[in-house]
Amino acid sequence: MNNKSFVSINDYSKDEILELMNTASKFEENPNQNLLKDKVVASVFFEPSTRTRLSFETAINRLGGRVIGFTDASSSSVTKGESLKDTIKMLSNYADLIVMRHPLEGAARYASEISDVPVINAGDGANQHPTQTMLDLYSIYKTQGSLDDLNIFMVGDLKYGRTVHSLLMAMADFNPTFNFISPESLKMPRAYTSYLMERGIPYYEHLEFTDILERADVLYMTRVQKERFADVIEYEKVKNVYVLRNAMLEGTKSNLKVLHPLPRVNEIALDVDENEKAYYFEQALNGVYARQAIISKVMDL
Amino acid sequence: MKKELQVSAIKNGTVIDHIPPHLLFKVIKLLELEKIKTAITIGNNYTSNKLGVKAIIKIEEKYFEDNEINKIALIIPNVKLSIIKNYEVVDKKVIEVPDKVVGLVECMNPKCITNHEDIVTRFKVTDKKEIDLKCLYCEKITDYNNIEIRK
Repeated sequence: MNNKSFVSINDYSKDEILELMNTASKFEENPNQNLLKDKVVASVFFEPSTRTRLSFETAINRLGGRVIGFTDASSSSVTKGESLKDTIKMLSNYADLIVMRHPLEGAARYASEISDVPVINAGDGANQHPTQTMLDLYSIYKTQGSLDDLNIFMVGDLKYGRTVHSLLMAMADFNPTFNFISPESLKMPRAYTSYLMERGIPYYEHLEFTDILERADVLYMTRVQKERFADVIEYEKVKNVYVLRNAMLEGTKSNLKVLHPLPRVNEIALDVDENEKAYYFEQALNGVYARQAIISKVMDL
Repeated sequence: MKKELQVSAIKNGTVIDHIPPHLLFKVIKLLELEKIKTAITIGNNYTSNKLGVKAIIKIEEKYFEDNEINKIALIIPNVKLSIIKNYEVVDKKVIEVPDKVVGLVECMNPKCITNHEDIVTRFKVTDKKEIDLKCLYCEKITDYNNIEIRK
């Protein structure tokens, strides 16, 4: 197995996360560095994800590397029935690094066992998307000056949202306080709340978030998707409860930043965009620096 | 006074005792007893001080390897095994739940890669009391009620 691979956020210790924050800020100061000169990176997306792919390919290009790959499985040999094992074997002969997105959970861990070159997980089904977590962490680190002692509000779909789960796990080492705001049917799963309880990390659960924002340092919004509801009436009832409007940010802390993994639909009203506390577009740009930092770590650059 | 046995004694072999009756057939399947050619005595719904009722399996001329027997620990935690030689119990073993389970159990997550490609499953036992198995690949928990043995 290739130990340099980055498959799950749980693969990195607190110190390694802090080291990556530091590297990311260096790339932000000076993004164009020729560290991947003469290197070939396979960017293989077994399901399309334009945002993540472009972010990775920007990071690779800014590091001076070259990209091969495919943008969805229909243009690859997978349609001919080739196994993931064979595809990865072949790619690891061609490339110096594999960036992979796959619809099946655990695909990235499996690929990292087969491959002779490092594998970076660009999302494996509903399981992990660790570079998203790293860019969330970098956004928090950059805007708050540190990852320690923050009050983090998570809003929306906390049941299926893998980004909030990974962020929760990663932040657990930094003495946080959590506030979870979601409809009853999309609550934070017990596996995560009991993890917090075991570690003595305070968390509070709410059904609405109109009057409680004044203590927040970070407000992490997510999409409440219609298809998650068995009952359409239930969805109609809650769909407007988890929408952030500009007026709600009045009286909040000056350091508060609003984050969202994007794409947004209607959960953040457009009038929030003009507020200086809105941070989701910069957050996406931070993804390039965070990914440059991760690539340089797994490649030992 | 010597207690009368509910199932007749064996000369040499292994006795698996204190099996909860509802798990008996699962154990039989798990240990692939149908492949064993020596004499096997199976008793069910016998009275037990510990369990109320119990099942018992006695297998002549059979001594299990650790990796064979570890399987049962996932189904019946802390099951008791007696090794019999010449009608005497020469060894008693309590089978402990292992730390890792490799290639034995299916991952219950239908979207896990191990259910789509030919991969040896690997689990970490995250709770030895409740028997929770965490898949090394998809990181989902397969809990006791969903443990299915791989064919």
